[in-house]
Amino acid sequence: MRKSHDSVFTIGIGGAAGDGIRESGATVGTILADLGYEVFLSFDYPSLIRGGHNFARISFSKEKVYCDHEALDVLIALNEESIVLHRDQMAHNSVVLADSFEPQDIEVLKDNAVVIPMAATVKELNAPAITRNSMALGAACYLLDLNFDLMQNLLNRVFKDKNPELNTKLADIGYQLLKEKNFRHTKKIHPTPEKKELLEGNAAFARGLMAAGLDFYVAYPMTPATSILHFLAGKQKDSRLRVIQPESELSVINMALGMSYAGKRVAIGSASGGFALMQEAFSNAGMAELPLVVAVSQRQAPATGLPTYSSQTDMRFAIHAGHGEFQRIVVAPGDSEESFALGAQALNLAWRYQMPVIVLMDKIVSEHSATSLLKPEDIKIDRGLMAEISQTEGGDANKYGRYQITADGISPMAFPGTPNTVVKVTSYEHDEAGITIDELESTKAMLNKRFAKAETLNKSLASQETVKVYGDKSSKNIVIFWGSTKGPVLESARYLKKPVKFVQIVWLEPFDVKKVEKELKGAKNIIDVECNRNGQLAALLKEKTGIEVTDKILKFDSRPFEPISLAEEINKKI
Amino acid sequence: MSLNLSTKSKITWCPGCPNSQILVAWRQAIEELVGSGKIKLENLVACAGIGCHGKISDYLNANSFTALHGRVIPVMTGIKCANPNLIVVGMSGDGDAYSEGLEHLIHAARRNSDIKIFIHDNQLFALTTGQASAMSPKGFKGKSTPSGSIDEPFEPFSVLIAAGATFAARTAASDIAGTKKIMEAAIAHKGFSFVEIIQPCITFFDTRDYFKERVFWREGGPAENPDEAIKISRKEGEKIPLGIFYNVEKETFEEQLNA
Repeated sequence: MRKSHDSVFTIGIGGAAGDGIRESGATVGTILADLGYEVFLSFDYPSLIRGGHNFARISFSKEKVYCDHEALDVLIALNEESIVLHRDQMAHNSVVLADSFEPQDIEVLKDNAVVIPMAATVKELNAPAITRNSMALGAACYLLDLNFDLMQNLLNRVFKDKNPELNTKLADIGYQLLKEKNFRHTKKIHPTPEKKELLEGNAAFARGLMAAGLDFYVAYPMTPATSILHFLAGKQKDSRLRVIQPESELSVINMALGMSYAGKRVAIGSASGGFALMQEAFSNAGMAELPLVVAVSQRQAPATGLPTYSSQTDMRFAIHAGHGEFQRIVVAPGDSEESFALGAQALNLAWRYQMPVIVLMDKIVSEHSATSLLKPEDIKIDRGLMAEISQTEGGDANKYGRYQITADGISPMAFPGTPNTVVKVTSYEHDEAGITIDELESTKAMLNKRFAKAETLNKSLASQETVKVYGDKSSKNIVIFWGSTKGPVLESARYLKKPVKFVQIVWLEPFDVKKVEKELKGAKNIIDVECNRNGQLAALLKEKTGIEVTDKILKFDSRPFEPISLAEEINKKI
Repeated sequence: MSLNLSTKSKITWCPGCPNSQILVAWRQAIEELVGSGKIKLENLVACAGIGCHGKISDYLNANSFTALHGRVIPVMTGIKCANPNLIVVGMSGDGDAYSEGLEHLIHAARRNSDIKIFIHDNQLFALTTGQASAMSPKGFKGKSTPSGSIDEPFEPFSVLIAAGATFAARTAASDIAGTKKIMEAAIAHKGFSFVEIIQPCITFFDTRDYFKERVFWREGGPAENPDEAIKISRKEGEKIPLGIFYNVEKETFEEQLNA
């Protein structure tokens, strides 16, 4: 199979669900990140617990790796199915490690098929079947020409809490097996001291929330947002953060609105389907002006769709979520670093503007891991505009209005429990005191008050990173994209025949018309790249700026773009 | 000190609606609780759902959260989790609690969330001008069931006590002093308090005489165990008991969460 740029090396680990493929992939990724490599790790799995094909793909390089690479240099196959499914993806001079091979596999793989008697060895040692991974891992380290002592050090560290003795012993056996055969090395690893952290997108997002002072996370499990819940649930012991899993998504969002009313910084998360269940209360966050962060992770829809595969089909849904007219913010990170930064920013924005903020992710952004550099020290906490309440007994009674009309639309906040202060919020249209109204003038005034916040927000866009630009910034050939497509788009740059400018729309709502127009001005070609059938970004661009894209490259089969094929498509259009 | 608990809002319940009696009982209960120093007014959050009952938020000069229809319970748990010092009381209706969002009531009872819910039960949807609710008797002729409802009515006490409610009581709106007392007891209880208030709808389903003849204050204290509590909550022949059926202490959801 065609190999991507020479510096990228890709290891695949395949087996059945329950074989420990995800953990094994994470181990390999962590070791490579520890050695100073840039790593991109993905995990492909069906929606079941046992059986089925699970596959971890680890691509690494000294240069930044933006996405998955299809061609495999090493395949660790824990079952026959993994060989059959991936033998056509093997790069030139690659190696497949497996317990045994069928004659038809050998026909394709020839000398590249290497028998590692994993099953027999673990049986002999009376070790659990899952430790087969460790033996294969040792063999893989040999293929990478990793110094034996260094390997042992690294493995002792990653297996610290997972029977290090047994696992390193099995790795040693795997390593020595190839060494004794004097088998060739497929790559020479050069460790470097500077290293980044291998970080999953959802974990990065969750850490962003924590850095911005998250008090509560409330969620009902739904792939691919579930690992945010798992990550934060594990953080409760050492922090004041509390995590709740209520009976339904409806309960989740309404509970969160109660927390927000009482003055606590809260985020919720789900897949798009779970968010669909929350619509009425999302609208109430707009009406009652309650700060709320919602992580929405897209998967292939409609309906239950493909639970463990990706899509970018819910941009319009997020922008237009909830009934009625009210301002919200929708931002879309494209990788782990952006997930961290936007997670923190979302919480601050929600409190600054007292409105719901959606962080729109997808299966790829949520569940891939990439070497990342986070800067929690850069995060500042914005608690929003607080009311100044006189503490004199009886002095201010009846005076405070939660929805006081102000020039910028932002009303000073107070929370229940404040002496001499009555804080009333409601899902009904209301006056400044939070009391139900139905007169036309005051209805219009309150709607205008809420949209004054939108004006204030729009004025602040110039200072926000609403749009990011990469590549040749002077090129008239422009590729426009959003969200997880960032990975394959930036990776495809290596194979483009002409210089191209890449424009990432980070803020989908409000849409930064000024910046986008400036970046697209004078373009010869504008190519829209996204993972949906209808070109939602292209339509949004036209709606907001009148600019029409010249071409669309759309993929809607639930799998992400492959960078080399994407580059070929782009090359045809520039 | 007498509290100023009224607002500028005009009362729009039908003249003579028992909801006004509930409001009087509620204001008197707050006066009593604040006056005796049992609670601070600023720590009271009076929530409500949507329905005739929900208008009460506008008539009470106290912290309030008027939630969406059927969603007041999770809002209340959220408020209590966020600030355990707050006394979180919610008004709801039979449509708002038993028809839409019933799951929230059951789960709040199950987790013994330290919230107090008062259900204004008029056995139909009144604000939407008279349709059958989960509490309408079988055969009820409303605008959506012209030939009579074919559903059996819901039985909240059996379900909620079985689910784990630690306080369960019934009162009638017509008895202001009795309702006030039940409200105070529900608030004094630590944990999930469930109070059913019989509140006939004088416009669409006037059951005032029906209940007047049948309700009685039950003698004796609350039951010792859930099975007994369910039993004493039920009708005795044609008679409908009022009073506290169950009142036990158990660790609350919010205590455990914030431990």
